Amino acid sequence: MSANQVALWYLAASVLFILALKGLSSPVSARRGNLFGMIGMAIAVLVTLAVTRKVTYILVAAAVGATLGAFVARRVQMTQMPELVAAMHSLVGMAAVLIAASVVNNPAAFGMADPMPRGNRLELFIGSFVGAVTFSGSVIAFGKLAGLGKKFRLFSSAPVGFKGQHMLNLVLALVMVGFGVAFFLAADKAWTAFLVMLAIAFALGVLIIIPIGGADMPVVISMLNSYSGWAAAGIGFSLNNTMLIIAGSLVGSSGAILSYIMCKAMNRSFFSVLLGGFGAAEGAVAADSGQKAVRSGSAEDAAFLLANAESVVIVPGYGLAVARAQHAVKEMAQKLIAKGVNVRYAIHPVAGRMPGHMNVLLAEAEVPYEQVVEMEDINSDLGTTDVVLVLGANDVVNPLAHEKGSPIYGMPIIEAHKARTVLVNKRSMAAGYAGLDNPLFYLEKTMMVFGDAKKVVEDLVKALD
Amino acid sequence: MTGTVDPTVINLVVFVLAVFVGYHVIWNVTPALHTPLMSVTNAISSVIIVGAILAAGPYDTDFGAILGAVAVGLAAVNVFGGFLVTQRMLEMFRKKAPKAESAAQKEKA
Repeated sequence: MSANQVALWYLAASVLFILALKGLSSPVSARRGNLFGMIGMAIAVLVTLAVTRKVTYILVAAAVGATLGAFVARRVQMTQMPELVAAMHSLVGMAAVLIAASVVNNPAAFGMADPMPRGNRLELFIGSFVGAVTFSGSVIAFGKLAGLGKKFRLFSSAPVGFKGQHMLNLVLALVMVGFGVAFFLAADKAWTAFLVMLAIAFALGVLIIIPIGGADMPVVISMLNSYSGWAAAGIGFSLNNTMLIIAGSLVGSSGAILSYIMCKAMNRSFFSVLLGGFGAAEGAVAADSGQKAVRSGSAEDAAFLLANAESVVIVPGYGLAVARAQHAVKEMAQKLIAKGVNVRYAIHPVAGRMPGHMNVLLAEAEVPYEQVVEMEDINSDLGTTDVVLVLGANDVVNPLAHEKGSPIYGMPIIEAHKARTVLVNKRSMAAGYAGLDNPLFYLEKTMMVFGDAKKVVEDLVKALD
Repeated sequence: MTGTVDPTVINLVVFVLAVFVGYHVIWNVTPALHTPLMSVTNAISSVIIVGAILAAGPYDTDFGAILGAVAVGLAAVNVFGGFLVTQRMLEMFRKKAPKAESAAQKEKA
């Protein structure tokens, strides 16, 4: 196959990737889109195999990975999606680093002059350090999401910080760029500069992610998604492969947009999330809550209120995912619908640990997606809603967001406090991620139902019979 | 003006246009599908497997070719894992589609 033919096939694959993303504009076209993506990938891989030697050797390596990937894809629980996505980002990052190292080792194999020209060195430097940061950052994110914090403090879902952390990051970044420049200017392979630069990039990835706490994970995971794309694009530049550049840029911009949406949904700037430690400073604010009384009730009381409502809005949060209560919630909703209650779900963009986390859990439980409403669309209806049931969510329904001077002022929330009655399920009165007290819990119309989300909802189902 | 355009410049043109396309396509993605979006972009970014295949390809199985083969394996996890898990998720969103359509038809009628 000539180089021109290869390039045209790559063009076809790139178009198919764009169509794959375009399909996601609605659940109906999304499956076709995914199919386009698979075809595009098949074209890309087959065409590349056709122009390489040692096809068997490569296929063996690919088969090992493919088996593992297919196995994991089949087995993974929907509640584990954030971990899986983080793990997959790390693989893309590592692959970028390995390819870059292979290019340094033998540029001629990629059709480059040996020693490598300066232009390629610059692109390779960018691709490999972004890849390295993606890898180690995603490993930390994976650990935090998989709850490995109990065993290793590095993976703690609480922010891990120390004095002078940001200064250290800055210095390391500058040193890394310094070695990158040395690599760029060198006339030989410059392994030392390349490897030192990589080592620093790996360390930076760890240091950037450890100070970011659990509820900021949607931003982190989107950001790493973006980085994995830029790493692929960087490698595409150094290999002069336009398809890699296109695919990488699509992914890079996708992750960047998701990060932006997540930050906006928390009314925080990207940098304040990166600098980490939201809860730490506001401990004093949370402390004044000791005296106020809350009204707590049993699942039976809650079931009575729900069964007698005309309209119910369920607000799921991370607590629902932790308790794996999505199926129980669906069952409860069905019981209520059978009684003629209008049941809907209200989703805050940052509910859970990754963008769209709640939607996938509810879809898994076979909740019809027309019952699932985004925050902006439900808020105007909440004033006329009889009962709002908050399941394992806290900050996203905190009315302090409307009060000037509070740390979360300006954050868009689901306005649960407007409803006639509010039911809140939580495991305890512990503050949410922002470390803030939540006035919603002390309203006269609010009833707290304490306990694990799944247990409570199952009790609700029984009580509804 | 003389000479040919440097490949890096062509790459830059492609890059800028691709970012532009990505920006417009992604804003149209419905928020309900943000998780499948992340898994499918994961699968798409693993097209880096193409670079890994080239790295594993040279005739002599040297250090670089071994690194390439490892990269092929890592990227293959994502190629298969990414697309298959996306498909699995999207199947979950599908089960409701027939109902939604019939509801829409009722409204029309």
